[in-house]
Amino acid sequence: MNQFEYELAPNVENAVASGRSNGAVFLAGGTNLIDLMKGNLVRPTRLVDINRLPGLDRIEFLPDGGVRIGALVRNSDLAHDPKFARDFPAVAEALLSGASPQLRNAATVAGNVMQRTRCPYFYDAASACNKREPGAGCEARGGHSRLQAILGWSAHCIATHPSDFSVPLVAFDAVVEIDGPQGRRDVALEDFYLLPGNTPERETILAPGELIVAIRLPAQAALFAGHARYLKIRDRTSYAFAVVSAAAGLRIEGDRIVEARLALGGVALKPWRARAAEACLMGRRAGREEFAEASMLALQEARPSGENEFKIELARRLVVRAFERTAIDNTARLSPLPASIVNLTEEIQR
Amino acid sequence: MNKSVNLSINGTRHAVTLDDPRVTLLDLLRERLDLTGTKKGCDRGQCGACTIILNGRRVNSCLTLAVSCGGAEILTIEGLAQGDVLHPVQAAFIEHDAFQCGFCTPGQIMSAVGLIMEGQAGDDEERIREGMSGNLCRCGAYAGITQAVRQAQARMNERERTGEAA
Amino acid sequence: MNIMNTAHVRHGSNIGQNLTRREGALKVTGAARYAADHHPAGMLYAVLAVSAVARGRVTALDVAAAKAHPGVVDVMTPQNAPKLAHHPDEKTNPFAFRLDILQDAQVRYANQPIAVVIGESLEAATEGAVLLAPAYQAEDVVVRFEDGEHFVPAAVGVGAPAEEGHGDVEAGLRNAAQRVDVTYDTPAHYHNALEPHAIVAEWQGERLIIDTPSQGMAIAQGRLAGLFGIAPEDIYIRSPYLGGGFGGKGLIAGPQVLGIMAAKLVGKPVKLVMRREQLYGPIGHRGVTRQHMRLGADTEGGLTAIDHHILTATSRFDDFFEPSAGVTHTLYATPALLTRYEGMRFDTGTPLFVRAPGEASGSVALEGAIDELAEACGMDPLAFRLKNYAETEPLTGKPFTSKALRACYAQGAARFGWAKRPLAARMMTDAQGLLTGWGVGTATFPAHMFQASARAEIRSDGSGVVEIGAHDMGQGAWTALAQIAADGLSLDMDKLTFRIGTSDLPDAGIAGGSAHTATAGSAIHNATGAAIAALADIAMRDETSPLFGAGNAGVVSRDGHLYRRDDESRGESYATILSRAGLDSVEGRGEGAADQAVTENYAGHAHGAVFAEVKVDPELGQVRVTRLVGAFAAGRVINPRMVESQYLGGMIWGVSFALHEEAIMDRRTGRPVNGNLADYHVPVNADIPSVEAILIDEQDSLINALGIKGVGEIGITGTAGAIVNAIWHATGIRVRSMPVTLDKLLF
Repeated sequence: MNQFEYELAPNVENAVASGRSNGAVFLAGGTNLIDLMKGNLVRPTRLVDINRLPGLDRIEFLPDGGVRIGALVRNSDLAHDPKFARDFPAVAEALLSGASPQLRNAATVAGNVMQRTRCPYFYDAASACNKREPGAGCEARGGHSRLQAILGWSAHCIATHPSDFSVPLVAFDAVVEIDGPQGRRDVALEDFYLLPGNTPERETILAPGELIVAIRLPAQAALFAGHARYLKIRDRTSYAFAVVSAAAGLRIEGDRIVEARLALGGVALKPWRARAAEACLMGRRAGREEFAEASMLALQEARPSGENEFKIELARRLVVRAFERTAIDNTARLSPLPASIVNLTEEIQR
Repeated sequence: MNKSVNLSINGTRHAVTLDDPRVTLLDLLRERLDLTGTKKGCDRGQCGACTIILNGRRVNSCLTLAVSCGGAEILTIEGLAQGDVLHPVQAAFIEHDAFQCGFCTPGQIMSAVGLIMEGQAGDDEERIREGMSGNLCRCGAYAGITQAVRQAQARMNERERTGEAA
Repeated sequence: MNIMNTAHVRHGSNIGQNLTRREGALKVTGAARYAADHHPAGMLYAVLAVSAVARGRVTALDVAAAKAHPGVVDVMTPQNAPKLAHHPDEKTNPFAFRLDILQDAQVRYANQPIAVVIGESLEAATEGAVLLAPAYQAEDVVVRFEDGEHFVPAAVGVGAPAEEGHGDVEAGLRNAAQRVDVTYDTPAHYHNALEPHAIVAEWQGERLIIDTPSQGMAIAQGRLAGLFGIAPEDIYIRSPYLGGGFGGKGLIAGPQVLGIMAAKLVGKPVKLVMRREQLYGPIGHRGVTRQHMRLGADTEGGLTAIDHHILTATSRFDDFFEPSAGVTHTLYATPALLTRYEGMRFDTGTPLFVRAPGEASGSVALEGAIDELAEACGMDPLAFRLKNYAETEPLTGKPFTSKALRACYAQGAARFGWAKRPLAARMMTDAQGLLTGWGVGTATFPAHMFQASARAEIRSDGSGVVEIGAHDMGQGAWTALAQIAADGLSLDMDKLTFRIGTSDLPDAGIAGGSAHTATAGSAIHNATGAAIAALADIAMRDETSPLFGAGNAGVVSRDGHLYRRDDESRGESYATILSRAGLDSVEGRGEGAADQAVTENYAGHAHGAVFAEVKVDPELGQVRVTRLVGAFAAGRVINPRMVESQYLGGMIWGVSFALHEEAIMDRRTGRPVNGNLADYHVPVNADIPSVEAILIDEQDSLINALGIKGVGEIGITGTAGAIVNAIWHATGIRVRSMPVTLDKLLF
């Protein structure tokens, strides 16, 4: 780890001012930043500790039915908040299927959204990576690519975004509240992330000094409370990043779907909102055939970035499964176990 | 530039002077305060061997900067037993042979203490296993760990009940 | 002494007791000090810089930049590294594997140490290692079977023949009614003990004091003595607790030697702890294998031939070929048997011993292929195994010292409920729609013994002392060996002072090959026997003792007393005998080693049967091992609790082998792609919902005086095969490439 100046920010204004300086980064839970620094993958010269910023650790349920989550709320606190888990079950489920209990206790919600890719070549300081060093090349291409992107990748970067939490947030139109040198602004999380294109080093729309202060889920998101799931496929039962994941939501009236939501994780450098799939379900029955059609649409642009073609078919199947599970009214379900094989079926058992 | 950080570790107050902001809580405990019970298995948040209780929550001390912990209450494996009387989790780990080499054990035990405090797992083995999955055990003592956590939790609940009755 | 020894009978009640770990309280309170927990006064921190290329040369190191970093004290490179007494590439004995310890700028594998930075703090030394910013001249690498030349190795493992067998395999296959011809792939594995290799080294003049985890302190002393040109007895090693070994700490590794060299360079104590990501290179690994299995069976399901061809890879600079054929030599009766090897050279560190080296990888291929042949014959896989049960060792024809495998099959199957298994695949679906399958695998591991010495003492206060430089890496030596020691002296455990884990104690040999309890236990048994004999000798010569003249009848020891064997009403306490003789204590020494007459004429193996239930998501391919039952017979059980833990741990390694572990090297650079614990998967607790071990009674009067076989490694064998076979039974898919990840089950 390189040497750096440490500064404890007393308020947002000071944090933003300090965060503007060259080489400064914000330190919150540290579960990603400190790891990256230990790997010699980022070398900030100033750490602006935002852990004591007042007022950013609260969950506010808004009068309209939405929720405003302070940036410093810890992942586990949000997941275990009973009202939040009831209103936004897919988000709680995603939180609990990420990382480990210890990491979730430390990691903040904004930090979760901000976490960097787990591409093994990004994570290896000796490998060429356009994210770490623009123009260096992408050693992931032609390398071990089993878990790399199948959507939205470019010749310059085939990495995926590792967050579970962000996937349902994108599905349910979460908005990121940003404070910065130019004042406050709100950005839809889906637009917050940037696809790699020719500039994989640019990962979000944040400008220097800009700080996430809250994440909002709109009231509309809570309308899916009875039919919302996050399913995660991974190579071991727990404590592993997604091979692919899916956040799905349905609003069902009578025997018809009146609104559908779908976002995929582990497939692209941002959570992948599948609007064509959502649209095709409007007014249809919640049936396997309909979901299969949606799954084809969700992955229609997918192409392998290496030896990962299986992820396309796996993602299609997961979409079907996610909608099938989502179609079951899950209001009475226990707080979720992670998306292990047992979890996929637990609502049937209980 | 030296920074002074006040910490309460296992009930004892420490005024720690840090000459280097890079020092993690784990390295502070192990290399500067001779509290070597907390172990370093990966130093990257991937194994759980460094688990401690920080301000009432289990965390990986390897990913926590000491300088950021001013005013913190810290509980490590060294602070768990009351004198010669083992904490119920410690006793249950011995009884169920919930370890072999013992290297992941302090982290497993602190994680179990955290899990029980969180109260999310109940007596559901599947939830206990999930709740303990942030702690790798390469010797493969998982079956014993799960049973030890169940038993310790039951004893702690029982103690609480009888304590309340008395 | 031995003659007298046999004349005496010793009684004790500790062996077989389900004692908890004697060091348990230390381990659960954090008080047990592992190597890296030491901090001698004036200690500095040493951090390795390792190579980013897998083959080539280091052309530049920015030593000045590293030294300019505040807190960096020195940088050790090939230019200033202390000179060694002989080159670490010299093969002084078959266990002297080549080490990379800064002799030149050459790079032979990724993560090879290329410099050591020494600092006043860990933080300073760590950053100093980054600031070295090495430059390389890199050469093309080979890390795949497809990319290089194959050859027939001179020997495999440590000195085993590269081709063995009997009978006419081709004829056996030709005449078979059913054949399988399949290839199983197993990847490289790393030990991934939770404790990284670590050393705290301090030179006191020419004397060297080190804290380091070691599965073989005397071997380490010998190697270090050779390298540093000092006497082995001037090297003092403390290794009371290992944070897991699994073979990775059997031989001293290069980074540990570098810690000692760094201490010499700076003239102060030094601590060097390997970073987790540095462990994927210089400490050995389980070699990759490609195993071509050709098996034939007659119309009755009897084997006609087994041809087991193994392609495996060693490093470019040293020879260790994963000896995967061992299980085929010992498991199934066949009129024709052939095992052959081919090797390759990869630009990796040298593969070495990883828990069940050879047996684990070979067992997957053999158990998979046997299952496939049972299927071809239309037979239940357990019935097929029983049909081909080996009454004598297949390769040698030797009788077994003991073999309770039938009982393992029977009791394991009964506990598991095997009788309800449908013969065909893909017949069982659970209430949630998950495909369910049951599989079996046979477990086997040789009952090795190495060499060990022990010292026992009986004291005039009636207590006993037993000393042996044994190693506890979690298998339970502190407890099980103490139980043997207490019984050997006919004392209660609380009357026994038991010392292990330092190199000044008698050499206990290596804690490896599942041989430590048998070998060290035998040495203890003999040393304590000698102490009892010496004590008896004193009493029998003493006219005032009730034991006077017991002579050839001998004595019986029990509860700290000796009694006449022919009249047990006459006896006295150890304390009385010694006090009257005016002695503080009496001593005995003993050796443990295999009985050559037995090894020449018999085959000694532990056996077991593992039954696995898997559930597979029919669409998503996710697998979970929902139930594992293993039944094992390994001679006498010293401590059932610890033996069970060894079996369960081994079985979990089997789960890992079947479903999780795979060291991936980038084929272009030879760098590890998943060299960390986030990406190199081992099972987490949630992967192990139900695992059970049954201890099968087995009496073995030949293998050694105590009747002990080993239990540390057998659990892996059989288990991975049982899981792969269960996956077939669930899905109808034979996956022959480990690990069975979900992409291999998307059908």
